[in-house]
Amino acid sequence: MSRFDLLGCAVAGCLATVSPAVGQVAAGADGSVVTPRRVVSMNLCTDQLAMMLADEGQLHSVSYLSQQGRGSAMVEQARKYVPNRALAEEIYLMDPDLVIAGSFSARVTLDMLRRLDVPVVVFEPAGGLDDIPDRITRMGEVLHQQDKAARMVADFNAALAELAALAPPEGARPSAALYSANGWSSGSATLPGQIVTAAGFDLVADEFGMAWGGFLPLELLAMSNPDAVITGQPHPASSRAEEILDHPVVTHLKAGRMQGIVSEQDWTCGTPFVLDAIERLSTARLDATEAAQ
Amino acid sequence: MTLLSVSGLTIHRRKRTILRDVSFSVGPGELIGLIGANGAGKTTLMRAVLGLLPAAGTSSLAALPQTARAQQAAWMPQAREVAWPVSVERLVALGRLPHLGTGQPIGTADRAAIESAIANMGLEPFRHRTATNLSGGELARVLIARTLAQDTPLVLADEPIAGLDPAHQIQTMRLFAGLAAAGRSAIVSIHDLGLAARHCTRLILLGEGRLVADGAPGDVLTPDNLTEHFNITAHFDRTAAGPIFQPLDVVRME
Amino acid sequence: MTRLMLILSGIVLALGAGALVIGPANAPYWDSLSALFVDDGTPLTLVMREIRLPRAILALAIGASLGMAGAAMQGYLRNPLADPGLIGVSSSAALGAVLAIQTGLAAAFAFGLPLAALAGAVLGVLLVLALAGPRGASITLILAGIVVSALAGALTSLVLNLSPNPFAASEIVFWMMGSLADRSMDHVWLALPLIGLGLVLLATLARGLEALTLGEDAAQALGVNLTRLRLTLVVGTAAVVGASTAVAGTIGFVGLVVPHLLRPFVGARPGALLWASALGGAAMLLAADILVRVVLPTKDLKLGVVTALVGAPLFLHLIYKTRRQMA
Repeated sequence: MSRFDLLGCAVAGCLATVSPAVGQVAAGADGSVVTPRRVVSMNLCTDQLAMMLADEGQLHSVSYLSQQGRGSAMVEQARKYVPNRALAEEIYLMDPDLVIAGSFSARVTLDMLRRLDVPVVVFEPAGGLDDIPDRITRMGEVLHQQDKAARMVADFNAALAELAALAPPEGARPSAALYSANGWSSGSATLPGQIVTAAGFDLVADEFGMAWGGFLPLELLAMSNPDAVITGQPHPASSRAEEILDHPVVTHLKAGRMQGIVSEQDWTCGTPFVLDAIERLSTARLDATEAAQ
Repeated sequence: MTLLSVSGLTIHRRKRTILRDVSFSVGPGELIGLIGANGAGKTTLMRAVLGLLPAAGTSSLAALPQTARAQQAAWMPQAREVAWPVSVERLVALGRLPHLGTGQPIGTADRAAIESAIANMGLEPFRHRTATNLSGGELARVLIARTLAQDTPLVLADEPIAGLDPAHQIQTMRLFAGLAAAGRSAIVSIHDLGLAARHCTRLILLGEGRLVADGAPGDVLTPDNLTEHFNITAHFDRTAAGPIFQPLDVVRME
Repeated sequence: MTRLMLILSGIVLALGAGALVIGPANAPYWDSLSALFVDDGTPLTLVMREIRLPRAILALAIGASLGMAGAAMQGYLRNPLADPGLIGVSSSAALGAVLAIQTGLAAAFAFGLPLAALAGAVLGVLLVLALAGPRGASITLILAGIVVSALAGALTSLVLNLSPNPFAASEIVFWMMGSLADRSMDHVWLALPLIGLGLVLLATLARGLEALTLGEDAAQALGVNLTRLRLTLVVGTAAVVGASTAVAGTIGFVGLVVPHLLRPFVGARPGALLWASALGGAAMLLAADILVRVVLPTKDLKLGVVTALVGAPLFLHLIYKTRRQMA
């Protein structure tokens, strides 16, 4: 995964893009009888699923981003693997029998690997909570860890149902705005948006008909006056894109409302980590509601 | 009273000595023609006298603070440069700048100086024309008027009559002579020795990097000086109609 | 003359009011204005005071800066093609600003950002003046501008590409085209002191620029101290362009279009053109900023795009007019 993947992810509201899964599976990888023994993952999100499902020694390398605190939810585990920077030459020399990539990975890199007869599987990022069981199952298939994957899916669904039961009914739900760099606000048709709705909030972006997310002018954010404004962690070194998150209006809207809610590593990928994110949000909502009473 | 005194002025440019040890002084009521062949250093001398060029020696003008200098001497450069399409009237009014404090509007005295400069140069019909659209000669007259409007005891003008028609050449020289008659003084560099001889009260001849001669026209325009420094022979006569000077032939060209 | 001042002031006031009442939050005009003065506790007050007011103030101040800086540079170089954006002063200021942001200088010290932009602008002005010579002939001026712009632009891109922040690289377009979107009062306080200082410095040039109409020699003989004039011009231009660029990016062509349009109305006098261009620049940028909000409210259309669409054809026209001088 290159810098551009991360950028694409961030600009698009963190894996908010939804399109039909491509399922480009290289011959010999998926459905073949041979279990892959030396797997290289080159995308932050496939890294996580692979680390959770792979057998000891089965996974050889993960992207360097997984080893970095910012963005990665599994830094410690990732340090056990060889890092890669998603370059064709480097990955080819690792002599993998399976390469797992995200659909944001550079096409030319993947084409090059395929020409060199390296099996490549491409994962589409999860577009919502519903996609997560599917991605887990598919990762189980390509790694030949179907049983482990099935258990993980069952646990995930159960935990999600439990959290859903905590959500307040229609009409009693507080409003929240997801606000990220450049004023991008995600709606309920995206993974971050669904994390927020699952925790019992209504989304401001939906009020403006932006279920897929969109640029929400600061003025409209102020006028909608949400109960919570959820911003991400700033990246190192400032940028004008993120400066908007420190705008006096955003600061004012955050003050005196539900505190301490930031989107972080757990939000980035469609993995069971989103459960932690939903839980923290639910707790913050409950605390605020109790304090108000 | 001396309007200008220059002594021992020496000017080097790019390691070359242009003029060496030039000394002269200007009193009131003088019209001085600065003459010399091309490259003799006429422009250089005037700029150094005004303090626009670094020079060794002393010039009473260059020693003055800039504002005081601008009230003592007006300068008309040879390049007839007008950067913007301003009206003739406004261009002439620029001559009043040294007399105005910061942000001070043009007053009655300034207005009078501008009007008289415009009238003296016969610019009444051009008053509202755009200066950049004038012919070369017309523009020269506007720039002379600008210099006059500065209303200084001393005027230095670099080839003010170049490019003017004969009538305006004579008129302009008469105007400078009129200034001299009124107690002011002017130094004009000039190539037309005939006009110089007729109108100037005094000539300064530059040549070979020094001041060669300084005195009345008849004393400066000697056959020797003309041969030596202009490479010409000439006919010079004092008549009832005034001095007549006519160049006749080239002696030798190097 | 005073009539022109009244007309221009009237236009600026009207556009300023327009900038305050036009925006994505479609509140009634009267409510918007009353929310600006009376804090009724509604979000509209927040919108008016923290979003639209700073934006309008910045458009006004930056427009005035660019207009006046353009008029001053043109007066000094005696060339109507001189514009801080075109000759690379803005690009150099942007480089200074980007360096300050990426090295953390901007965060470490309150005025680090505008001062770094000022330093960049000073370098840009000095470089252009050195390359173009005292009398800015069109050809050398434009060539110098191309060189300085290209170099500063490339270095800006390089710094942003090297940044550890993934958004930085996508911000090249902001630094190249400029925008006033989502600026706050913080930016106003950051930019205003330097802009104020610069405008005062530039305003003192009026007399010297008038005299320069006759050339450097004549101006000096009219009592103009050229060394001081040059220094004031460099510092004044760098201060207004630096502070403007630090908060709004490079906005080109304002300093070209405005003096060109207003020159006939002040009798082509470079001194009078200074304040007229300040008012005209303010009007032009306010109008451009209203336009980007009305045309593409959610797309953050860059201000420089609008000013270039107006300015580039005019620039071509000016080149056409001065081509004899350029030959």
